[in-house]
Amino acid sequence: MAWQPDSERMDREELEQLQLERLEATLSRVYRSVPFYRKRFDETGFDPDDLRSLADLRRLPFTTKRDFRENHPYGLFAVPLRDVVRVHASSGTTGLATAVGYTRNDLKTWADLVARVLVAGGVGKEDVVHVAFDYGLFTGAFGFHHGAERIGASVIPVSSANARRQIQIIQDYRSTALVTTPSHALVLADAMIEAGVLRNALSLRYGLFGAEPWSESMREELEEKLGVKATDNYGLSEVMGPGVSGECLERRGLHIAEDHFLVEVIDPETLEPVPEGQVGELVLTTLTREALPVIRYRTRDLTSVVRGDCPCGRTLTRMSRVKGRTDDLLIVKGARVFPSEIEAVLLEVEGTAPHYQIVLERKGGEDLATVLVETPEGAVAGPSRADLQAAIQRRLASELGVSVSVELVDARTLQRSEGKARRVLDRRPS
Amino acid sequence: MLKVRNLDVAYGMLPVLRRVSLHVNPGEIVAIIGANGAGKTTLLRSIAGLVAARGGEIAFKGSDIRGTRTDAIVALGCSLVPEGRQVFASMPVRENLLLGGYVQYRRRGRDARGEIDRVYGLFPVLRERERQLAGTLSGGEQQMLAIGRALMARPDLLMLDEPSMGLAPLVVKDIFAIVERVSAQGTTVLLVEQNARGALRIARRGYVLETGRVVLSGSAEELLANRDVQRAYLGSEAEPRA
Repeated sequence: MAWQPDSERMDREELEQLQLERLEATLSRVYRSVPFYRKRFDETGFDPDDLRSLADLRRLPFTTKRDFRENHPYGLFAVPLRDVVRVHASSGTTGLATAVGYTRNDLKTWADLVARVLVAGGVGKEDVVHVAFDYGLFTGAFGFHHGAERIGASVIPVSSANARRQIQIIQDYRSTALVTTPSHALVLADAMIEAGVLRNALSLRYGLFGAEPWSESMREELEEKLGVKATDNYGLSEVMGPGVSGECLERRGLHIAEDHFLVEVIDPETLEPVPEGQVGELVLTTLTREALPVIRYRTRDLTSVVRGDCPCGRTLTRMSRVKGRTDDLLIVKGARVFPSEIEAVLLEVEGTAPHYQIVLERKGGEDLATVLVETPEGAVAGPSRADLQAAIQRRLASELGVSVSVELVDARTLQRSEGKARRVLDRRPS
Repeated sequence: MLKVRNLDVAYGMLPVLRRVSLHVNPGEIVAIIGANGAGKTTLLRSIAGLVAARGGEIAFKGSDIRGTRTDAIVALGCSLVPEGRQVFASMPVRENLLLGGYVQYRRRGRDARGEIDRVYGLFPVLRERERQLAGTLSGGEQQMLAIGRALMARPDLLMLDEPSMGLAPLVVKDIFAIVERVSAQGTTVLLVEQNARGALRIARRGYVLETGRVVLSGSAEELLANRDVQRAYLGSEAEPRA
């Protein structure tokens, strides 16, 4: 089941012709209409007319978050503001949130692309879609809202309400598809257990979780606790919002909407494309965007391209689950560590609750990493606690290749999030 | 059916088309819109082999036709209805049509009579004016004759260069309706037009050419809803069709 099978199962040769046509038109338009890009292209000495193949994309300069900030709010727009029918902002987890805009056609495309993700994740028009993202400037809520409306599902714009209220709504309104971040889903799952609501009493069938990296172990945890088929989806406001890619129920990678976005994976140091299958920074170029076309945007998200055919029949290239952001990457005593790797280990260990935080400090010139992990209510105290702590420490050391200390804390001592979780507290002087 | 990649065409030192890429799938009506001088006519003439390209690829039904002679291109199944009609004014309607079928007749010994009947079926007025000299027909009738002549070659792809140009509004409606009918009968259509609204109303997809470059492409609905297209080519802030 695909929302736009002609596009999602397109012959690769046809897709490449379409991508070339759309890229060339986009370049002509941005050169003509966006002074920022005209200047950039002139500075790098690249005449957009010289582009003759998709591979030539490499000769174009990158666009970064900083470019968005420096041109905030409307400096990168390719159309006059009166043609922009919607303005959103990026989530701004790292600094200033920047404005993004949509024309009427852009909104229609966005809804269709999110619809693709929903349908790939199992959701159909008989579903009751519970959108628990915060409705507002952030693109997550409206993106899923319009995508779910597009497929004809019953959409509940719950927005961010407290966990008890969310559970109440899920029960009363009989939500079948939950749309939120994985960390928030975990909060809901715990609230459910606390409230004594049994998993089977809920009508939930599907969970579409995104907006932050999460591990396979977390997926199992959520599927178990909520009784859903959980799929990952990916997007970012700067290029559109949710709907850039999403897992099908095969769950072998996220299918990317390649007829609307050109995908590259580069080494964040050398800026060259990485060999196939290797992890690198995702770079996206919009192919159909009218209001805010973006050329080679450095997402700072780390992923790899998954090759091969997917049993679902979609021919669109897949990306692996996002491993983390280039700025998430922790360098601890010279070793590269992702919070999601730590998460994966913690969730496998018995006796811990899946709420954690990583605190980084520098003492005596050396990095000190402490992983705070909650123990569930009523956990045993005393020597077995010390054993557990040591066991986790050993596991982490062997998995990560660097030693970190572990501290077990009581249930509910760590801050809960309603949106994306802040897993890392870096107290090291920069 | 037709795939064009990075077509570069110049008249002497003057570039007229710059890396133009487009495609037409079987059964579609694809519109190319743009202002005077955008390069639309040159585009069709390059595909038809009447103008040599400096660079790029043109593939028709999978084979490379860049550099192929026009009569061979017609034999392959691609016909052009040229800008300004260009009927043979001093010849009767019937002879104009027969000439259109020349390639099919000569190469395959095909009898043109069946074809002429089909064309008369589409354009009954041509049957009435069969023996009239083409130059004495009205503008609209000449346009029908030009289309009919191109159809005589039994093309799989029919390219039309501004069929509505210079015609009265009522006649223009008829011409677009005829193009739709031709498409419904199974012929793939590539339609170049300055009358963007008329073309996009019958097309499935379109490309917008500006100074020799494609600046926008998309479904006809998307183009009709695009504000730049509305301002530049539709003459008003038109609402897209439902």
